[in-house]
Amino acid sequence: MSSSKFPKLPPVATLGPLIALVLAVGFFATQSDRFLSVQNFSLILQQVMVVGTIAIGQTLIILTAGIDLSCGMVMALGGIVMTKLAVGSGMNAYLAIACGMLACMAFGLVNGLLVTRVKLPPFIVTLGTMNIAFAITQLYSGAQTITDLPPAMTFFGSTVVFGNAAINYGTVFMVLMYALVWWGLRDTQPGRHVYAVGNNPEATRLTGIATDRVLLGVYVLAAAFYGLAALLSVARTGVGDPNAGQTENLDAITAVVLGGTSLFGGRGIVLGSLLGAVIVGVFRNGLTLMGVPSVYQVLITGVLVILAVATDQLSRKGAR
Amino acid sequence: MSTQTLVMEARGLVKRYGQVTALDGVDFELRAGEILAVIGDNGAGKSSLIKALSGATIPDEGEIKLDGKVIHFKSPADARREGIETVYQDLAVAPAMTIAENLFLGREIIKSGFFAKLLRIIDKNKMLEESVARMNDLKVGIRSMTQAVETLSGGQRQCVAVSRAAAFAQHVVILDEPTAALGVKEGNMVLELIRRVRDKGLPVILISHNMPHVFEIADRIHIARLGKRACVVNPKTISMSDTVAVMTGAKRPDELPAECLA
Repeated sequence: MSSSKFPKLPPVATLGPLIALVLAVGFFATQSDRFLSVQNFSLILQQVMVVGTIAIGQTLIILTAGIDLSCGMVMALGGIVMTKLAVGSGMNAYLAIACGMLACMAFGLVNGLLVTRVKLPPFIVTLGTMNIAFAITQLYSGAQTITDLPPAMTFFGSTVVFGNAAINYGTVFMVLMYALVWWGLRDTQPGRHVYAVGNNPEATRLTGIATDRVLLGVYVLAAAFYGLAALLSVARTGVGDPNAGQTENLDAITAVVLGGTSLFGGRGIVLGSLLGAVIVGVFRNGLTLMGVPSVYQVLITGVLVILAVATDQLSRKGAR
Repeated sequence: MSTQTLVMEARGLVKRYGQVTALDGVDFELRAGEILAVIGDNGAGKSSLIKALSGATIPDEGEIKLDGKVIHFKSPADARREGIETVYQDLAVAPAMTIAENLFLGREIIKSGFFAKLLRIIDKNKMLEESVARMNDLKVGIRSMTQAVETLSGGQRQCVAVSRAAAFAQHVVILDEPTAALGVKEGNMVLELIRRVRDKGLPVILISHNMPHVFEIADRIHIARLGKRACVVNPKTISMSDTVAVMTGAKRPDELPAECLA
């Protein structure tokens, strides 16, 4: 099956993120001689796995012309639920992981129900649930970091070494999830309906597609990816951190937009978000190597997301 | 004429919205293989009538028959199941998706095999072949079915929407203002397509404000007025000004010469 038979983004939108990546890599290479090394690139890939996984869920939601501001906070909650259940209550590690994921998906369900049944705008709904998830995380954990995790929870943080490169299992897992979602969006009926809902919800509903069910499914599935991201985050840091997810929240949205998915819905490719996540990772890593304080990194990420949205907007105008 | 087979028929439809009576006992008849235009002033009840026929609203009173059988639509999906396809104004297509995908939106062909059915894997090649066949059948001259609908002109987009309806309708195609906001050439392209749909044997209900288009294409014209059917006229024998006069109430239907009625 050739993919050329189905929709492709205009070349500029597809090449844009790649060009941005090459420029960023080129720039940081001139700023730090440690930047262009195999070790550093494998470090970037390790750092990218959490944001990258959240960005899968975020892509699904943005494809429906929605947005999820709660993604990082919901992930943090999932991480706390799974670690606290395993360490505090002595629950079986796998069961605890499942509970953490369910906690995330419950939030996805709430988001989805408020968007589809009460017809509230996703921006407001998830702004609310972002704060609720954050508060619950703090209350449930008592703002304490949870340590001494069972090995099952840190598995994805362990690495396989190829020469100078060290790839962790979590990164491999993330890439596999990207491949799966990319295929699902491209080749399955529910996947195409996600695009259709984002493109023209009313026309889609009138063709007989249950658009509310598509949307609800997207919010719950997206939250499942936040749950997996929670596991990866726990595995990477080795602790249950109640303050996790705070940079990831904006970084994931930035990654999706940098990856060429339109905030207006219905256009974009999930693999672009992986590229976007790598770009965000390269920026964070490069700026750190340059010795730029983290508060400036936040500032630059903010600028980056606005630039990406502006490019999206302008290129769509040009195409018409 | 009255012995002609009626594909769709409605008697005494009433629809009230609070104090407002949108349909006040309207009758409706659609014959086999015809293009029936439905015209009327704003508030004459033409969109309420079309909504009742397409399942978008449920009338309070009256009955609708399809092929002589009484039917009760509770949703547009019910109407679609009975072979009635509606193209709604401005709401027809998903712009960033391909023509083939738009034609099969909501009716995607799923590959055979247990695994494919479970995961609902779509058969893109089959959809593509079918799209080409159906568009050729209706002589819609669009070269590639894999281009995004947004790359098409307004008229071509409308042709995609009409073709989709025609391809899946078993009984009736309902078109709501299909030529609104189109230029002359583009509008004619859509009118040509509507004729071909009729010539394939599908009756078409056409709601339009565009009198020249209505007179060019309709076999009969149903004039809606004050929630009722004022009359049905024959566009070959009535003048456009008389039609408008009846539509606006300047002339009573019984003032028309008998040969104008259809």
